[in-house]
Amino acid sequence: MTADVEIRAVEHRFELFTALHRIDLSINAGEFVVLLGPSGCGKTTLLSLIGGFLTPSEGQILIGGRDMTHVGPKLRPTTTMFQDYALFPHMTLRDNVGFGLRMRGMARRARDAKAMEMLAMVGLDDKAGRKPHALSGGQRQRVALARALAAEPDVLLLDEPLGALDLKLRRQMQDELKSIQRRVGTTFIHVTHDQEEAMAIADRIVVMNAGKIEHCGTPEEVYLRPRTLFSANFMGELNRLPVRPDGSGVASPLGPLPVPPSEGILCLRPESVGLTGSFSLGRARLTEAAFFGAHHRCHFAPLSAPDMRLVAHLPQGSHPEIGAEVELFGRDPVILPEAA
Amino acid sequence: MRYLSWAYLAVMFGFILLPVAVLVVFSFQDGRLPVPPFNGPTTEWYAKVLGDRDLMAALGNSMLVALLSSAVALALGFLAAAGFAQTRLPGGALMRGLIIAPMTVSYLIIGLGLLQMFNWAGVRPSLMATGIGHVVINLPLCFAILSAAIGAPQKSALKAARDLGAGEAQVLLLILAPMIAPSLAAAFFLSFTFSWDEFIIAFLLTRFDVTLPVEIWSMLRSGLSPETNAVGSLVFLVSVLLVVTLELALFRKASK
Repeated sequence: MTADVEIRAVEHRFELFTALHRIDLSINAGEFVVLLGPSGCGKTTLLSLIGGFLTPSEGQILIGGRDMTHVGPKLRPTTTMFQDYALFPHMTLRDNVGFGLRMRGMARRARDAKAMEMLAMVGLDDKAGRKPHALSGGQRQRVALARALAAEPDVLLLDEPLGALDLKLRRQMQDELKSIQRRVGTTFIHVTHDQEEAMAIADRIVVMNAGKIEHCGTPEEVYLRPRTLFSANFMGELNRLPVRPDGSGVASPLGPLPVPPSEGILCLRPESVGLTGSFSLGRARLTEAAFFGAHHRCHFAPLSAPDMRLVAHLPQGSHPEIGAEVELFGRDPVILPEAA
Repeated sequence: MRYLSWAYLAVMFGFILLPVAVLVVFSFQDGRLPVPPFNGPTTEWYAKVLGDRDLMAALGNSMLVALLSSAVALALGFLAAAGFAQTRLPGGALMRGLIIAPMTVSYLIIGLGLLQMFNWAGVRPSLMATGIGHVVINLPLCFAILSAAIGAPQKSALKAARDLGAGEAQVLLLILAPMIAPSLAAAFFLSFTFSWDEFIIAFLLTRFDVTLPVEIWSMLRSGLSPETNAVGSLVFLVSVLLVVTLELALFRKASK
């Protein structure tokens, strides 16, 4: 019902284009891993390689300790939830969900019972006799999930399954996916380009760019302590200050700052800049502010570098008047080398 | 302006349907010649046609050849379309073109080619040879119709079925065929109609057992008679029934 996945030095080329450059990745049994990156970063290619829809140009893929590199999707202990759901339009939901079991030779009565159980899990058991075209996008989504899980895979692969849903439904499905994954304990490998979605559901996020893994860690690690400038940028908005070592601190366009000396870009998330914090960023003037519901988004012009803009997210009701001068503080600083 | 367009419509339908209407009307001619003036209706000719053993045998032959050759053309076209849709072969575009190419060649040329090849291979002119000829002309048609029907949704459903453990035969029979059922029916009925109406290949490749168009042609050699009109009307009736079935079964469903 669950298995670990081991990607060993996998490289994949499409004719002249190299989609993956020697990827190494270990995924534990029962883990919810999200492959995150912009389009063209190789995340879907990696998923297809794990699902057996592609064979790597080089390297090995092990699932549950067995070499699956040259095994087709039919015989792999994986199932995929496709981006376009790929439901069978001529079959009822019950038959769609039971299809994997039918292929395994399970008798109709037993597989119908199992299909109903899976449909009940996603809240669609009352529609078991309907066909997919009678469903909404979110419901089709759930059927696709039930169908993929009914086959009792060791590893479930999810290829941007929530991309076509509206924001509210997407948040709801994220919560559902997460809770279903906890319940069934199957290893989930989920592909998305939405970093909020990744953080909402992942045990571990694998940030990918240009066919390489940039960072692999828990959502907190990836967001708060990014390893590269790319993943820092991709995970959310950033204030970026070029710095160089200066005594026990660093020199920056805002003047000397008391952070561990290092050369590179000092990255501060907007919510790490505010009226309190662990070190001063000097005085700055508020030039613009907008209310975002959960916070105020404020643009500050530092007095020591008036052409720069620092973006800060201040708590509700606490932002100063536009034009006012305040002392800004920062926390959770990260210094990263410029893009190598 | 509006009357003009209605008039145009009427003229157009007249142009298309008048010959057939004349054929049908004079099949009821009470007299020896199917030409005006119309002497009043009789079903005598139909009785004669239905009692004509050669004609009825030819009708049976035509039905047999049309059914079997369409089924074979459909099966082969389906397999070819499914194969090309799912694999990328070197020179795939060229191969697709080669399969469709016979559509552009006249039946006369194909018939001549088949005649010479069968001669060389020692296959006697027969219903079997005609059936093979009809597979040759209908296979490209079936392939073209079915290829067009296999798009992205079908391909991803096939992928999903394999992922869930389906073998190749199961993928084709349980997923692809039901998904493109309307196109399968369209391809079959069109092939059937073409085979049913086809004359030149049947003429070249049959000898003792002939198909209906060949039988009608030999009737015509002894001159016009309301009897030929009656046969023609019956053939037309079968074609109309096919087209109407097709219309009701497929295009209604598609527009829903």
